[in-house]
This record gives sequence, structure tokens and C-alpha cells, in this order.
Amino acid sequence: MQASIIVFPGSNCDRDVGHGLRSALGTEADFVWHTQTELPPGTDLVVLPGGFSYGDYLRCGAMAARSPIMGAVSRHAASGGLVLGICNGFQVLTESRLLPGALLANRTLRFICRPCTIRVERTDTPFTRTFREKQILHFPIAHYEGLYFLPGNELLALEKRRQVVFRYASTDGVADDSSNPNGALNNIAGIVNERGNVLGLMPHPERARDMLLGDASGAHADGTDFWKGIRDWADGRLGQ
Amino acid sequence: MIHHVTVLVFLKEGVLDTQGKAVLSVLLHAGHSDVRDVRIGKYIQLQIESPTREEALKQANAMCEDLLVNSIIEEYTVKLRGEEDA
Repeated sequence: MQASIIVFPGSNCDRDVGHGLRSALGTEADFVWHTQTELPPGTDLVVLPGGFSYGDYLRCGAMAARSPIMGAVSRHAASGGLVLGICNGFQVLTESRLLPGALLANRTLRFICRPCTIRVERTDTPFTRTFREKQILHFPIAHYEGLYFLPGNELLALEKRRQVVFRYASTDGVADDSSNPNGALNNIAGIVNERGNVLGLMPHPERARDMLLGDASGAHADGTDFWKGIRDWADGRLGQ
Repeated sequence: MIHHVTVLVFLKEGVLDTQGKAVLSVLLHAGHSDVRDVRIGKYIQLQIESPTREEALKQANAMCEDLLVNSIIEEYTVKLRGEEDA
């Protein structure tokens, strides 16, 4: 699998994602500066990393969504290629309308940086095939604007189309207000587009990769499985 | 001619304005008991080179639709502040 990591001015998780891919899969990703207008040939997976693209000016992800490279990312998505937006990358995906909704300020009005548990809602996406339905994953969160919002009717339609892939939940699998760190509607932590090839999530799978950073919680294994699942899907598709 | 256009952006009704709610709560605690609601928005000033006012407003609206405003969560108004020679 060939991964391309987009780097915007202010991205700060791009190298973490590169490290996650290298340590989990032994593959080297391409780093693509946002002023480029084409992705490296052979790109299977595009990652929009976390950070503070353009200093979060105006709205998180708004300016990055209008970067030259995003035309190529949209074409990649339209042709069925995989696109993964993590944290600020999720915000870029909603701002560029590759995913529905918007990310608002956390209800606590505080930056939240802590371990977190999410529940897998779907295992039939290219990003979640290695997981079990309702499996609890340990992916940490670190954001100020993570409250997923979509107007009522559209939220119902999103749920009906089964576009919610991850929900904030307790370690025993309960997704309620007490397991919701930021006030996201319906505890939504990650969604896919209708086609299923574009995923945005607020938690950081790339930070669940190091034994040093949370192996006791199982995070190390969850992060590894996440990247391996995507690799297997992409490589399987290549072989078809 | 340079046209000064001001844009006011607010979260739509029904979208949780956490900042507004927090400020309302502090104002009430501080004894401003008559305040009923607070909404926090953005104020954007644009200087637009354009032959007519109408054209400047049209351009400002296009900028709002393209970048300045996220129509999923925000609403906006544009207003000409005044005119002066370029």
C-alpha cells in the first residue's frame, strides 16, 4: 500500500502518521506539500493529518480545504481511492464537503487531550475490517473543536445510511452522555461518506502505536490493527 | 473605487453557541441580571476594488459562499460601510 500524507502549514501529526505506518507496516509514506496539484502516482491512501492547518484561522480546516492539493484529493476520492482525515484532517474533510457536517467547539470550551475509548459501529468499511462489531478501541483524543454537528434531519439520514463508524463509548461499550468527551451529537467520533472510502475521525489512531504510550490499555494493538486493516484492503484491491 | 464591506457571521439558530452560553453565564454571575442571551460571532472587514456598489456586494456574497461562511452552521449579513476613492 502506498500512502501519501498531506502536509499543510500548521499540520503537526504528519510525522506521527508516518511513524505509525512505518512501525505498523514497515512502509514509508510520501509527504505531499499542500501546494502540489497532483498526488504521487500509485497513491492508495491519502491521509489528512491532525494539527492546526493555517493556525485554525477563520474556521478549523477551512483554508486547508481550499488548498491546491485538495483538488487531487477530491479526484482520488471520486475514483474510489481511500482518504483518511484525522482530527484536523476530519475538519478539512467536512470543510471541503467530502464528508457531511461540521466540527464545533467542545461543549466544555476546553482543549481535551486524553486517552479515549470508541466503539466500532461498522466492520464493512475499508478502514475497519480487522475489528469486531462493537469492539472498543483505545485511541487518544486531542482537540478543541470536536463536537460533531449536523442538522437534525440530516443527522437522522446519516444514521439511517449507517455512515457512523465510530462512537465515543465507555470501556464496556455504553455510548451515552457520560462517555461523550466533547458533546458530539449521537456520540459521533468518526463517519464515512456514502461510498465508504472516505473516513474522518477525531481520535488519533497514529498515537495508539507505541508500547510506551499506552500499551497497558491495549492501544498499541488497536493502532496496529487499524493500519494493517487499511493496508490489507488496499493491497487486496490491487490484486483484484 | 474601493468599497468597504462588513460581514457579520453568526452561528445559526439551533447550533450550540458554547461561547455565547459561557459568556451569558458569567454576565449573569457578575450581576447583569437583565441579559437574556448572548451570541458570539465574527466581524470581517473587506476592502473590494469594484466599479459599483452592487458589484462589490455581489463579490462579498460570493466570498462568503466560497470561504468566509460555512452554511451548515453559520449565517451572515453583508453591508457596505461606506465608499472612498481608490
